[in-house]
Amino acid sequence: MPVARRVVITGQGAISALGVGVEANLKAMRNGECGISALEFRDVERLMVRIGGQIKPYDETRFFDRQQLVFYDKFTQLALISAAEAMQESGLEITEQLAPRSGVILGTSGGGLQTQDENFRKVYEEGKNRVHPFVVPRLMNNAAVGHVSMRYHITGPSYTVSTACASSNHAMGQAFQLIRAGGLDVALTGGSESMLSFGGIKAWEGLRVMSRDGCRPFCATRNGMVQGEGAAVFVFEEYQHARARGAPILAEVVGFAMTADAGDIVTPDQQGAASAMQGAMNDAGLNPADIGYINAHGTGTKVNDRTEIAAIKQVFGDHARKLRLSSTKSMHGHLIGGTGAVELLACIMALREGVVAPTIGHKQADPECDLNIVPNVAQQLDTQYVLSNSFAFGGLNAVLALAKAP
Amino acid sequence: MVQVKDKVIDILAQQAMLDPGDIAPDASLESLGVDSLGLVEIVFAIEEEFDIQIPFNANEPDAKEFDISSVGSIVSAIEALVAGG
Repeated sequence: MPVARRVVITGQGAISALGVGVEANLKAMRNGECGISALEFRDVERLMVRIGGQIKPYDETRFFDRQQLVFYDKFTQLALISAAEAMQESGLEITEQLAPRSGVILGTSGGGLQTQDENFRKVYEEGKNRVHPFVVPRLMNNAAVGHVSMRYHITGPSYTVSTACASSNHAMGQAFQLIRAGGLDVALTGGSESMLSFGGIKAWEGLRVMSRDGCRPFCATRNGMVQGEGAAVFVFEEYQHARARGAPILAEVVGFAMTADAGDIVTPDQQGAASAMQGAMNDAGLNPADIGYINAHGTGTKVNDRTEIAAIKQVFGDHARKLRLSSTKSMHGHLIGGTGAVELLACIMALREGVVAPTIGHKQADPECDLNIVPNVAQQLDTQYVLSNSFAFGGLNAVLALAKAP
Repeated sequence: MVQVKDKVIDILAQQAMLDPGDIAPDASLESLGVDSLGLVEIVFAIEEEFDIQIPFNANEPDAKEFDISSVGSIVSAIEALVAGG
């Protein structure tokens, strides 16, 4: 019987409201810094919700030239910036031989939403009868994947996964499964999102689930989610392949599961979330007591946080009170289709450094969320295994299990 | 203000799939069979009808600034917003 293929992470790159680059993001997570601030874009004064995890300052010309920017919506720019950092750390060279064994699998929900927003404004509000010829290749949801594949000449299985708030976790889970099954040796995977525009926030505002003053997951005073933007991209690589080339190994991906609630289009379901967490542990051959930290979905809405805690208690029993649980959305906001990717940084940090990122903004305990949510200040924890939860609108759930580097 | 009251009740009745005559002032939204998403649609319909902004957050259904405990309290809150707007 052939030896089972294992999947390791050999590079990471990120950009969010917490900073440009992985180190800036990790520093903010260690220190419990908040990246949420007053939104700055056209027509913001017509919104009720005016805060978000916006990348400031952001100057795209620092990263790209004019010829490139013609084709890059911001969600593509953020993916390319993150991919470059991940590739550099990994030291991976996509040779002619490796190219067809490599893939790009990224999550996004809104895709080129800013491009759509700007161009709808031109034709509808400003009455223009002409838009830039490259609107379509900019706005399409797979633009980021296309440009990353072109940049590194990656010619194997590459596609975009779009499952709202679980997009990144579904994308990374698929990359993991493809490598483990032998369909790929290497994948650039993660996700990207940039919905911070008038139309993007106006649509979310209508659901009445957004906070106007801050993201406080698991806090009794929480009053909704706060949107963020950004991206994170990782190099997932087959273990022997990584070892043979002496690559840095940051962590191992050991399990993945996805479930559908088949219940409600927006209200989360305890059983769907519980089944996904249990499934990820089953896939990895782990027991509940093995898990030291869970990076929660933790959006800061009343219903999500209450349901997630109940699901964790259901799956982990007594161990639920021993493990650490935090939502870094309190710092970078909810990156929707990119959120699981940026949150994986916190998972890898817990495994490598023994530092669990906090849930900041915590003011008052909620009896319904009575677990160790790592309030306000990071905690030290030496753990072998962690989980990362993503539970999306549509009732679509995706949970990853990671282990310390072998 | 009779007009405001009638219009709000029409909107509630439509969402609850009931006759406006069956919407009692002391009825709660729950008793009318309106769930949280139905409420979000009601808030939108009322905002559109009167061109006002209602400070409603589904995470804070008990917030004092917009009391949704009964049909009567909703009507009063909308009357105040329309008068103040």
